[in-house]
Amino acid sequence: MTDGILTLTVNGEARRLVAEGQRTLLELLRDDLGLTGTKHGCDLGECGTCTVLVDGKPVLSCLTLATQTRGSEVTTVEGLADGLVPHPLQKAFAELGAAQCGYCTPGMLVTAAALLERNPQPDTDEIRQALAGNLCRCTGYIKILDAVKLAAGAVR
Amino acid sequence: MRLPAFGYLEPSTVEDAVELLAINPGAEIIAGGTDLIPNMKRRQISPSTVIALGTIDGMSGIQVDDDGGVTIGALTLLHDLAASSEVPAALASAAAEIGSPQIRNVATVGGNLCLDTRCGFINQTESWRLASGLCLKADGDVCWVAPKGEECVAVSSSDLAPVTVALDAEVGLVGPDGSRTLAASDLYRSDGIDHLGKSADEIVTALTVPPRPRWRTGYRKLRRRGTIDFPILGVAVAVEVADDGRVKDARIVLGAIAPAPMRMRQAEEALVGSRLDAEAIERAAELAAKPVRPYDNVDLGSRYRKWMAPVFITRALQDLR
Amino acid sequence: MTGNVVVGRPGPRVDAADQVTGRTTFAGDIDRSGMLIGGLLESSQAHARILSVDTSAAEALPGVRAVLTGADLPVPYGILPVSQDEHALAVDKVRYVGEPVAAVAAVDADSVEEALSRIVVEYEPLDAVATIEEALASGTRIHGEGEGDNVHRRAALEFGDVGSGFDAAHLVREDVYFFGGNTHAALEQHAAVASAGLDGRVTLWSSTQVPHYLHRTLEKVLEMPAGRIRVIAAPVGGGFGGKTDPFSHEIVAAKLAMVTGRPVKIVLSRQQVFYAHRGRHPVLMWVKTGFDPEGRITAMHFKSFLDGGAYGSYGAASLLYTGSLQTSTYRIPNYKFEGVRVFTNKPPCGPKRGHGTPQPRFALECQLDEAAADLGLDPVTIRRRNLVEPFSMTVNHLRITSCGIEECLDRAVEASDFSAKHGNLPEGKGIGLAAGAYLSGAGLPIYWNDMPQSEVEIKVDRGGGVTVFSMATDVGQGSTSVLATIVAEVLGLEPSDLAMVTADTDLTPVDLGSYSSRVTFMAGNAAKEAAEGIRDRVIAAVADELGLSADVVVVAGGRVGSANDEDKTLSWADAVRAAIVRGGSLTGSGSYRAPDLAGPYRGSGVGISPAYSYSVAVVEVDCDSETGEVRVAKVWLAHDIGRALNPLLVEGQMEGGVYMGLGEALFEEQAFRHTLHRGPSLLDYKLPTFLEMPPVQSILVETDDPEGPFGAKEVGQGPLLPVIPALANAVHDALGVRVAEVPITPDKVVAAQRDIKRGGDGRFGPRSVPDYDFGRLTRVDPPGEF
Repeated sequence: MTDGILTLTVNGEARRLVAEGQRTLLELLRDDLGLTGTKHGCDLGECGTCTVLVDGKPVLSCLTLATQTRGSEVTTVEGLADGLVPHPLQKAFAELGAAQCGYCTPGMLVTAAALLERNPQPDTDEIRQALAGNLCRCTGYIKILDAVKLAAGAVR
Repeated sequence: MRLPAFGYLEPSTVEDAVELLAINPGAEIIAGGTDLIPNMKRRQISPSTVIALGTIDGMSGIQVDDDGGVTIGALTLLHDLAASSEVPAALASAAAEIGSPQIRNVATVGGNLCLDTRCGFINQTESWRLASGLCLKADGDVCWVAPKGEECVAVSSSDLAPVTVALDAEVGLVGPDGSRTLAASDLYRSDGIDHLGKSADEIVTALTVPPRPRWRTGYRKLRRRGTIDFPILGVAVAVEVADDGRVKDARIVLGAIAPAPMRMRQAEEALVGSRLDAEAIERAAELAAKPVRPYDNVDLGSRYRKWMAPVFITRALQDLR
Repeated sequence: MTGNVVVGRPGPRVDAADQVTGRTTFAGDIDRSGMLIGGLLESSQAHARILSVDTSAAEALPGVRAVLTGADLPVPYGILPVSQDEHALAVDKVRYVGEPVAAVAAVDADSVEEALSRIVVEYEPLDAVATIEEALASGTRIHGEGEGDNVHRRAALEFGDVGSGFDAAHLVREDVYFFGGNTHAALEQHAAVASAGLDGRVTLWSSTQVPHYLHRTLEKVLEMPAGRIRVIAAPVGGGFGGKTDPFSHEIVAAKLAMVTGRPVKIVLSRQQVFYAHRGRHPVLMWVKTGFDPEGRITAMHFKSFLDGGAYGSYGAASLLYTGSLQTSTYRIPNYKFEGVRVFTNKPPCGPKRGHGTPQPRFALECQLDEAAADLGLDPVTIRRRNLVEPFSMTVNHLRITSCGIEECLDRAVEASDFSAKHGNLPEGKGIGLAAGAYLSGAGLPIYWNDMPQSEVEIKVDRGGGVTVFSMATDVGQGSTSVLATIVAEVLGLEPSDLAMVTADTDLTPVDLGSYSSRVTFMAGNAAKEAAEGIRDRVIAAVADELGLSADVVVVAGGRVGSANDEDKTLSWADAVRAAIVRGGSLTGSGSYRAPDLAGPYRGSGVGISPAYSYSVAVVEVDCDSETGEVRVAKVWLAHDIGRALNPLLVEGQMEGGVYMGLGEALFEEQAFRHTLHRGPSLLDYKLPTFLEMPPVQSILVETDDPEGPFGAKEVGQGPLLPVIPALANAVHDALGVRVAEVPITPDKVVAAQRDIKRGGDGRFGPRSVPDYDFGRLTRVDPPGEF
């Protein structure tokens, strides 16, 4: 099936789209759904910037064919907050300066959210390993580490 | 960066997949897609058809066989392999070091076993390759790494490949003529282009590791960063230790230095009968490193990788003590 | 400065809420009705004459709306007035692989790719020049710019008399160092969106650090009045100097919008970002330094050879920067600088964090450690004996004001226990030290003018709402938050009370841009002045309203009035209305122009600044003596920030500077096979990941600069400088090898160790520099009070 009808759930909302075979999930989110919170840095799976959650797991949307996500639940940075109530990670990233330019932040946040979902009390090494695929060029990762730790405390 | 257009097919059985592969010459298989998609975006390949295996049941999971061996479905995620306590240590640790966490969440065992060979002249965008000049592996007639050579020297960059060879593992294949098994060592050919020893219309369905009750296994990987990077040298080792503490049998297999994993039999023999003492390890490392002649076609160049071969072999063997 | 409420308090960025919810709209996120996609055709040749460009097959493709070539944009440009050597699309010649040759606008990305592949360019290849040595030797001229052959610029300056300084020396060392080129690699790929209206106006949104300079470039190249062009810097997804030139895609997007009548978006591919480059110059350096028996410097002669790539960019300034700040940390009584920047057929180099100064800093700080060893001194002592004094002049006429280098040294050494560890850690472990200094804003604008370098306006609404207008551009460093902090402090409000309008040439008064670490100091002073004007009017009105003397009225906590009597105060909003009643529209403006600091010689404009930040780094490493891999265990960084307006943001810049410094020191290199980039991707170009980053202890040193806003100085660039040589010195301490070449990759470490085993000196790197005539030497007397 090429250019088939695609149904999936994005940030809790059911979506039905026509997607050509070569459409990536990144293109589907940004160009078709207008969810530009998800960024891109290389288009080749080398930087982690485009990370989104598919069925709760961090994946690289630039390497994922949209058709491969049929029936899946996709979560982007736009889906983390509950209305105007931020996710503990969003709050911690803002409070502790974990975002500087903010470009890696969406991918970093969803990757960290998946970590806390699976392991609400990660230690330093577990956080570093979980976020090892997400490059940041501004922060040296230090405030990001602090923010994930803070959020982990809040999640508990 | 857009993907080229292709037809996308989703068979629900392996047999259907094989049939689709047969009637769509030049089609590519996709599982996790972490190797295929970048290669397609860079136009290293532009298959007219992509056949997805993701919707086929029964091809993932890790099963302990009756004989104590382990069978790993080809669609098993690297993340799950890395987390498995049922597989030999070398296999889990090699899986844990592949790519990034996001890559391991979708990339599969079969995909890594069949990972395309890599080279600084091929894993580049189309416009880069046009500026450089096309090479043997894609549309060109010269190898820029070894311009006098007739053969492509792109590097086997799979972390699992040397481990499976060291474990005497087999892969299960399904093709138009039915299913068969192939020794992992026969899955790889010393040709950067036609690098797999299976036929193009066969699909890898599983990896079977024979029972290894008295074997200790390990894997050491050289790369610049602790994540994301492909190996630029991989050392898989396995030794069978007898009751008297002496090595009964050994495997030393090097990855990421040639188009195929290299088994170093002379070095293996040198270990047999030893107690894995420092002297024996040094001798084996020296013998195993001697034939290593990496090309300057991946990170950090050939000289350094040659220097590092004995160091990494030594460390991998020391890990087994 | 006591009694500050907002200043000095750690707080979140004012734009954090948008950042963490995915609402920040970067240039690439912009969508406009009817928008086309644009793309650039890259040159496949490093150096070639363009014989013809056939665009007919591209134009014939359905979906294609416009195709441009060099002929459509014939006006040259360049960031510096002295280097107007670039074209948006190549004219007559291409000078590096990846140089934009043609452009397309089409209805979708697939059509753009297809159209670009259909453009046929006929080239006549020319010999290509890849290295400094080739450039100095080659008869093939890359272009007509510069001083002749492939020499872009030369400099030869002598301050004092180095000859007598060397004669008086007890020890004279001559050493050669090489600093490999590297690039910014901001995660956001450069993007621009342009729109042209029937009213003859053009709007460009871009990920630029310099909307004002881009505005001027568009005026020139599009040949239309600046008043009809609006440039808006979208939030920038990382800059580091990489978005500080006007770029081809920005000009092309505007032109395509004008040609098609449709909005056009161009997003560079990651490969194109590597080709756009403007990053760290590869610099070959020779340093001869004389020392007295106590380790005091008697003279220094420094030569630098810069590989500039194909165009000028900031190169004329970069060249001088490799010489000018050598005197900023240690007192050098006699100093001679000779430098040359050459053209090569590679992507143009330019300014990256530290602009031209990390390379000579690496050479200087490594050589100091080597000289210390020769003299039997430790690394702390030799530095301590040479430190510049606060409120002094350097031999090359830099005016030093506040200077916390000594406190930085003391505190970094103490926190790291450096003295106990240096020379005493077990084999493979080592610790290294280095210092650095950087500008708080370039003393002069890029183009000569007498106008302020920064202007800020503030408008106060009748409801009390305060809107701050500034062209300062937030590239992640937090400049908008810094300005909000300053204005909030002056007005007794909270940063979150303010609306910030930034980086829009239609709406905001000029600020020169986010480069040379100038925004906190320059826009900060302008913002402070603007806010003080508002405050004074409000205070006068409230004094009048409440019958108080103006000198007892304060603004604090959202109220204005008596400090001691709550009843004698008005809410901010009431106070504002009182001011509007009395004086009409409540607006204020402020501006900043640096004092005239230029010395009595040509070239003195580069290096001067109203204030310098100081940094000292200590790096501890754990090396693998067999593999040559260097793991960084911890970094201590002490930084003289003048005054930390927001310590959280200061720490963030320090940690980021450490990160980028370690990346340059260990991993990153813009590497080429002759003229072809070896790997223009984020897989081949190694950015450190979470796993490579060590803990960092940030030590903030406050010296209260007399001219900085609330005493503040810069932090965006300085902290990177000492990290690289401190790491090199730590590797030397650990293994006894001197890797005199950046990046310090494991293969070099092992090669140096093997050299020792063979009886060598364990030094890795070039041993000599070309014998080169730098031209007529300008002799400059040291300043009077020197």
